[in-house]
Amino acid sequence: MKFLKGLLTLIAVFVGIAVFLMLPWQGLIAILVLLGLWMTLTRRGQQAASVAAIGIATLAQRAGSAAVIVIGIAGVVGVLVAMLAMAQGYADTLKRTGSEDTAIVLRGASASEVSSVLSHDSVVVIEQAPGVAKDDAGKPIVSPEIVVAANLLVRGAKDDDDMGSVQMRGVGDEAWKLRTNAKIIAGRKFEPGKYELVAGKGAQAHFAGLEPGAQIKIGSRVWTVAGIFESGDALDSEIWADAKVVGDTYRRGASVTSVFAKLTSPSAFDAFKSALTTDPRLQVDVDTSQHYFSKQSEGTSKAIRIIGIVVGAIMAIGAIFGALNTMFAAVVVRAREIATLRAIGFRGLPVVVAVMLETMLLALAGGVLGGLIAWLAFNGYSASTLSMGSTGQLMFQFNVAPSVLWTGIKWALAIGFVGGLYPALRAARLPVTVALREQ
Amino acid sequence: MKYFHLIWAALFRRKTRTILTLVSIIAAFLLFGLLDAVRVSFEQAGQSANGAERLQTGSRLSFIETLPFSLGAQIERVPGVNAVAYANWFGGAYQDPHNQIFTFAVSPNYIDMYPEFVLDAAQRKAWDADLNGVVVGSVMAKRYNWKVGDKLPLMSQIFPNKEGSKNWSFTIDGILHSKDPSQNGFFDAIVLMHWKNFDETTPYNRGQVGWYISHVTDVNQSDRVAKAIDALSANSDHETKTQTEQAASANWVKQMLNIGLIVTSIMGAVFFTLLLLTGNTMMQAVRERTSELAVLKTIGFSNANVLGMVLAESVLLLVLGGVIGLGLVSILAPAISAGSGGMMHLPSVGIGSWTLGLALALGIGFVVGALPALRAMRLNIVDALAGR
Repeated sequence: MKFLKGLLTLIAVFVGIAVFLMLPWQGLIAILVLLGLWMTLTRRGQQAASVAAIGIATLAQRAGSAAVIVIGIAGVVGVLVAMLAMAQGYADTLKRTGSEDTAIVLRGASASEVSSVLSHDSVVVIEQAPGVAKDDAGKPIVSPEIVVAANLLVRGAKDDDDMGSVQMRGVGDEAWKLRTNAKIIAGRKFEPGKYELVAGKGAQAHFAGLEPGAQIKIGSRVWTVAGIFESGDALDSEIWADAKVVGDTYRRGASVTSVFAKLTSPSAFDAFKSALTTDPRLQVDVDTSQHYFSKQSEGTSKAIRIIGIVVGAIMAIGAIFGALNTMFAAVVVRAREIATLRAIGFRGLPVVVAVMLETMLLALAGGVLGGLIAWLAFNGYSASTLSMGSTGQLMFQFNVAPSVLWTGIKWALAIGFVGGLYPALRAARLPVTVALREQ
Repeated sequence: MKYFHLIWAALFRRKTRTILTLVSIIAAFLLFGLLDAVRVSFEQAGQSANGAERLQTGSRLSFIETLPFSLGAQIERVPGVNAVAYANWFGGAYQDPHNQIFTFAVSPNYIDMYPEFVLDAAQRKAWDADLNGVVVGSVMAKRYNWKVGDKLPLMSQIFPNKEGSKNWSFTIDGILHSKDPSQNGFFDAIVLMHWKNFDETTPYNRGQVGWYISHVTDVNQSDRVAKAIDALSANSDHETKTQTEQAASANWVKQMLNIGLIVTSIMGAVFFTLLLLTGNTMMQAVRERTSELAVLKTIGFSNANVLGMVLAESVLLLVLGGVIGLGLVSILAPAISAGSGGMMHLPSVGIGSWTLGLALALGIGFVVGALPALRAMRLNIVDALAGR
């Protein structure tokens, strides 16, 4: 019977935590308000509040053990928040790269830009599709682009082997019109027909020699770095050059890998897509650029999230047992006091609530501390990886977003909940006569 | 050693507390073991002795560029090279265009380059004779329930066939295995097709080769041979870059992520927390036992003895937790490798991880035990017995 009760408590706890972790912030506010009302309006609640007040007032005397809970949980939350911030930063960078009113056209069943090939004829057909926005001169804003990879020495390379891959995009004038966020921040644009390139800000930071005016060797060819551009998204990790020159260097002829088209409005996408996919001259996939780039980030950011949660969960187990240890000790020390309270008429519930409240308060402090440390250490921290669907290093920054911090705080509270529950139940269940005689 | 039972009894004086602490320690070392396994598996990528004997030659311009077929014969004539194989990236996907499968179009002698993987002789013969055949890695075969003789429809993300369709169909002629079954490797998760079939079927290739693998006779000559191979194409429009397989894999991993930094920062957070937690437990334990320790001293235990016993207690606690935690990893790691179907390969806890783990356990044990042990040593018998 006792075992069954314990098992039921355990199941209830797990279900409760699962629900709690999915709760939006409004839910937590509601719980807090209800708790507050209960503690001020009902007799039991007032009892709980007064017992909790004693526990919290004596925390200073148990600073060492209280610190175990706070720092233990801070560690869990710090690591969790850092990992989630990494996934968030990665996903954000790719998501920002596209927009809803820009379409990307690839050859059918191509997984990414680099594995696609579109002939010059296809490009002409795409330019005439309905829904494409036109510039002041009446020309469609369509940018045929050729995406390849180039090996460059990374910054601080020790020897010739220390090369990294950068995504190189051959573009025309239209590319700048299409992506109004891409701006030259140093030097100038490359001149068409010349072996000149502009490097994204992220690429410049990662690879050696990408300074305006410098000459770099890519393969057997020497290129001049004309300038540096910034777009604040994944394109920052690329280098851009004239599409014709890139096509010649990589022996691609007049073919391109992808076509970007500016649409008159996001609602024009459906007409644009159906016109191209039903055209017998083409065999293409059409997507909004936002959806395309978000999709590219899915696998990697999911993997980072899962790793973060697994590592966080193992650490959380450690922290839960640390909290249990501390709270059991706290309850033992106060056993006589709690028994006295119960002897003079306090019921079990206020005692349970008080112990839990104390643990969760410590847990909250830990969560806030951990989140703060992760935010101070990692917000905006630059990292790079080889991304799916791209051929080069993708530079991104950790983003300790409010949603990420909120997840961390929720974990902290959940750990505090479990860590406080069993000691609380024990304190409430211990027979008064036994507890009074203890020690 | 004669005090072992005493230390053991002291450790389990309060069972709940010790067990709770132990679980925290186990969790920490479990995490340490797993992360270290990940780090090691990344570091070991291509680090085998065989990996040093193989040179990879790819385009200097970028990894997506191809090389002319004629270069193979030239590489073969470079002194120090005793065999040359070549391969192309096929970009295969199974069932769903995004379900990527590592598929290479390879030369007939490609498998001979990798003695760490075996293909049944009869299956090898059948594959050699069947132009449209493929051999598949054992993990892939198991996951998708592929059998020898099955038709295998694969979609290429890049290359259309003669009809202009990117849906290819092959016959499975054999299953590739790792020689050492405990070492699930890259080959267990790939599909190999004939390069000749690939080259003749797709209009996009026309005698191009993705990369060459050359086997060197003497590992110590690798650098010189690599330079000689690169010299063949110097100043041409297809300059090459040759590296040992080891260096090439290490470079890929480095581009992927800074695994060392991530692992170190997580472990730093974990062990700092652990230090505090067990330190607190030990402090409590010694504080509780003040009178007992005083009794020990009264009956003749020296100060050094008491110091040693408290230290031994905390070291024992840590080592116990460390061994259980790493033991758990030894069981879990192969299970994770098997469960992920070859996508992730976690080596079992190696001698290096054990040494590092135990050293950490000992170190933390000493650090954590130092303060309580000093306190116990300095205990004044009269004061302690009087409860002052």
